[in-house]
Amino acid sequence: MIAATSPIQRPRGAKLLVVRADGELVHAPRSSFAEFLSRGDLVIGNDAATLPASLHGVHLRSGRTIEVRLAGHLPPVSCRRAALRVRFKITRSAALQGCPRGGCRPKGLRYMSPRAILKRTLKGCATSAIRFVAVVFGEGDYRTRTEDRPPPPALAAGDRLALGSLVATVDTLLDHPRLLSLHFEGCSSEVWAGLARHGRPIQYAHLAEPLAMWDVWTPIASVPVAFEPPSAGFALDWAALRALRDRGIDFATLTHAAGISSTGDPELDRRLPFDEPYEIPRATAAAIRRARARGGRVVAVGTTVVRALEHAARRRGGIRAGRGVATGRLGPSTCLRVVDAILSGTHEPDSSHYQLLRAFADDDTLARASAALEAGGYLTHEFGDSMLVERTRPACADAPACYWLSNSPSTLPSVSAMRA
Amino acid sequence: MDTFNRLDGVRVAITGGTSGLGLALVGELQRRGARVAFVARTAARVEAVARAHPGSVGIVGDVARQEDIYPIALQITGNLGGLDVLVNNASSLGPVPLAPLADTDCEALELALATNLVGPFRLTKALVGALASSARQGRGSVVVNISSDAAVNAYPQWGAYGASKAALAHLTRIWNEELAGEGIHLTSFDPGDMDTPLHALAIPDADPAALKRPETSARELVDVIAAALARETAQVIT
Repeated sequence: MIAATSPIQRPRGAKLLVVRADGELVHAPRSSFAEFLSRGDLVIGNDAATLPASLHGVHLRSGRTIEVRLAGHLPPVSCRRAALRVRFKITRSAALQGCPRGGCRPKGLRYMSPRAILKRTLKGCATSAIRFVAVVFGEGDYRTRTEDRPPPPALAAGDRLALGSLVATVDTLLDHPRLLSLHFEGCSSEVWAGLARHGRPIQYAHLAEPLAMWDVWTPIASVPVAFEPPSAGFALDWAALRALRDRGIDFATLTHAAGISSTGDPELDRRLPFDEPYEIPRATAAAIRRARARGGRVVAVGTTVVRALEHAARRRGGIRAGRGVATGRLGPSTCLRVVDAILSGTHEPDSSHYQLLRAFADDDTLARASAALEAGGYLTHEFGDSMLVERTRPACADAPACYWLSNSPSTLPSVSAMRA
Repeated sequence: MDTFNRLDGVRVAITGGTSGLGLALVGELQRRGARVAFVARTAARVEAVARAHPGSVGIVGDVARQEDIYPIALQITGNLGGLDVLVNNASSLGPVPLAPLADTDCEALELALATNLVGPFRLTKALVGALASSARQGRGSVVVNISSDAAVNAYPQWGAYGASKAALAHLTRIWNEELAGEGIHLTSFDPGDMDTPLHALAIPDADPAALKRPETSARELVDVIAAALARETAQVIT
């Protein structure tokens, strides 16, 4: 398939391939999406807004330029909580308890003494160390294909990275030369201000022009926790949501911190997607129960919504509201418990997104769909055309037959990890 | 304090938050229990107001500049973890001193439109996803656009300001119709003639004693917000 090269979320003439439950393929304009749904169905979108997760700067120890791409959330380390304990007993170890390696260094190079942390805390500025998993690249930018980018300089725990007004410290290396965890120095409002000023959306070599923030926020974007846009949601504008409502189709959202789609490094890409925190509002869990009760289908907009819903429903007793961390990947051995259909971009057979579609339809149906996409001149990637895949494979009975293969070390972040 | 009009945990963003009505709103909203982020152009003023209001989030940005809108929206939703109420309060008079339209530079009219009409449009549009999300979760969702009697009456010399505020008021009404289905309520609020720096720029020799105190208007506005939120959440329940 050909990649869409203009960052237009809803181009006129966007296409939709519908893969029906009986295996029939239907070509339609994407704007007619609602016509393939029925009264009583429930559409669920991912309302995560996208972070400006690409940061250019300098690896201070070597002086070499680097690009850091934030790729996953880690729980924040609240030095404020530590500092409050310091009120009663001022010791260095107490202040650093729960703080990252090297302690809290809100500003400048020096360690902060417990007294300094306390003083700063009392000023009303919580020195919460915001932590991420990140992928690091050497010189160059998105105009070079990720696959051809030079590696970063040799990195070590404790190395400091100057990224615009932000300073990050490497906490740990994660068994790959490009992959590490880091934390930003400063209180959370300073980190947000630094990201807002200096960060850019992660860029793609196949696009003709650099992406701006307004290119990557879906119309329904709410809380900025995604590292790349949940791009299936580009199809949902306010007129489309109104069309759903007018047809008696419900709409709800969850928030899923979509991670990066590709690093350009085959070894790293095999580990994708990384663990992704999500949050399912009570109202959404209730909407799913209502849809089920009236015999309506649950239609997920994007792979992230499938991942969150199926993870939240992996135990008996149905979907649970609240926070979780989606681990592992969905594929042909997954039986779906919640989602009946997916509105998604078009995906090449070698991608993890395509693997997820295998949970919905058998390989023969997907092969026919791929041929139809190719023959129909459908565009692929973030700003490409769409497909609506109805589940042809049987849903799983409520038995422990769902396979959740953990493919990365478990972490315990929450969607609100950055809210500090 | 009116216990019925508490706003505990409500997430509010205010533009133009370091002087006049905006500054009074930061204080009033915090007193009622809201979590407040405010936006203003001057870094030193933002820092001073944030220090004077512990727990508030100060954001440096200019709503009249297209390239500032998403950085502002990112910091609002990032720091507050979402958004329930947006107050588009930052305003520009247009020509200073005020001038008849035929003597108004085109650039001064453009600045008034950029600050008073296009800026609120852009920022609201960037945040409408967050506001709708809040409404879907039954928290209620309100946008208040600060208006003026100059939006209704044809006061000589107030052409740039009056035209931009009239356009904003009409945009507010139409958008309110369109977003009612999403549970977002948009409304205009005319705070009256207040003793503020903006008023002093417009009418330097006005008697401050004859003007309303911005704290009074802020209390009235927060009551309007509380009532609107109560209505929105009641609709979700019924």
